[in-house]
Amino acid sequence: MQMFSFDFMRYALIAGVLTSLCASLLGVNLVLKRYSMIGDGLAHVGFGAFALTAAINPLPTWAAIPIVGIAAVFLLRVSKNGKIKGDALIAVISSGALAGGLILMTHFNVRNDINRYMFGSIFALDKSDVIVSVICSAVIIALYIIFYNKIFLVTFDENFAKASGINVSLYNTLLAVLTSVIIVIGMRFMGALLISGLIIFPPLSAMRIFGGFKATVICSAITSVICFTAGLIITFYYSLPPGACVVAVNLLVFILFTLIGKFRKVMK
Amino acid sequence: MEMIKCKNLCMCYENHTVLCNLSFSVKRGEFLTIVGENGSGKSTLVKGILGLLKHKGGLELTNVKRSEIGYLPQHTPVSEDFPVTAGEVVLSGCLNGMGFLPFYKDKQREKTRVALEKLRVSELEKRRFRDLSGGQKQRILIARALCAAEKLLLLDEPATGLDPVVRAELYELIGVLHKNEDMTVIMVTHDLAGAVANADKILHISDKEDHGFFGMVEEYKQTTLYKEMVGADAPTGAI
Repeated sequence: MQMFSFDFMRYALIAGVLTSLCASLLGVNLVLKRYSMIGDGLAHVGFGAFALTAAINPLPTWAAIPIVGIAAVFLLRVSKNGKIKGDALIAVISSGALAGGLILMTHFNVRNDINRYMFGSIFALDKSDVIVSVICSAVIIALYIIFYNKIFLVTFDENFAKASGINVSLYNTLLAVLTSVIIVIGMRFMGALLISGLIIFPPLSAMRIFGGFKATVICSAITSVICFTAGLIITFYYSLPPGACVVAVNLLVFILFTLIGKFRKVMK
Repeated sequence: MEMIKCKNLCMCYENHTVLCNLSFSVKRGEFLTIVGENGSGKSTLVKGILGLLKHKGGLELTNVKRSEIGYLPQHTPVSEDFPVTAGEVVLSGCLNGMGFLPFYKDKQREKTRVALEKLRVSELEKRRFRDLSGGQKQRILIARALCAAEKLLLLDEPATGLDPVVRAELYELIGVLHKNEDMTVIMVTHDLAGAVANADKILHISDKEDHGFFGMVEEYKQTTLYKEMVGADAPTGAI
């Protein structure tokens, strides 16, 4: 436990555990709604937004949240009604944002930050970041619990949800906006290229084992917290990049859960 | 007591006129079946009743609120890997009419238990939805509609894709709900034999003008419309 005597480790632990928890909750719905790639696309937008905040120096990095939030709403709206469909649109937006970000960073001579934003850093967080992430996570968890039943119905059966008088597009937008908040917070230490692993892996792992929705959500949350903590400890002792370690641990758990799921099926 | 009044209704769907000059009514406690060829606008009408599609007047809900209608969609596209138990599916029907209340209370759990019992699927409550057979899934979804329904059940093709035995059981169950629970039922179906055997009234929608029918089942059986349909339907319709 000596490693948590360092400030940066404590910050990373608090912010990371909360972020993983939120990401895994939202992830269940994103995976089931076939929006898995939205996380990845938004992370690239996040990279572009960070480049923008770095270029216009007085802006704090949290200014990226509204930019990514708008991109999220735009993605949802256009992928439903527009001429370019879901996956193609995400590809267009991610490469566009990446290109814009790189040009900005090179032009304003802040290229040193590229590596940090792409792959994350364990030293990325300071005290104010931790406070922001605690507040955002608390809001996200509270909203998720309060709207849990409605979010479930919107995910499971949109037609029936509409007929029940639930504003489906409102909840889809809520889901997208909350996801963008979590991505901006998480990509500081996870990296733009790896943050979507935090969203996708825990729900997929949980789905290998559990057959109920609530059970899957709870398992996903627990898995994400354990995997993040384990990944952070490995990061510290072997001086590895945090995002990569957390995703690697998640991948191992996913393989393990898949095997358990297969084994149980055979036993039946 | 009339629940649905429909007079000269016209509905458009993506700039196509789907329904034209349609008139019918549904009284409390009735069992109405809506039949018609593919593309005649049956599902469009259902969506109109639910308020999911707009119309230019002519359709009126009286003595029933939209939150008192339990709906069974024509397709419930549940992906193969969706983790959900049958009980969770049925419980989610209770959200209809809960407004801003976020959590289920004992009242909703009791409603779910009763609905499962009425559809004779109590033992499936803890099972995974994706592991159920087609007939079982349909019963679970009707149980969900029942949780959502205070006064009116609106079933869009409940028997599609089921084998004849399961289909007959399903119709029988719907008939029991209608009689014992005094539930008003509107059912869209392709299956004319089932429609005629169970319903009080028939609404036959036809895209050819003045070729539709609305009235009692007995009258419907006398029409050429019915005879034509049965003729075309003979291999499966005649039991």
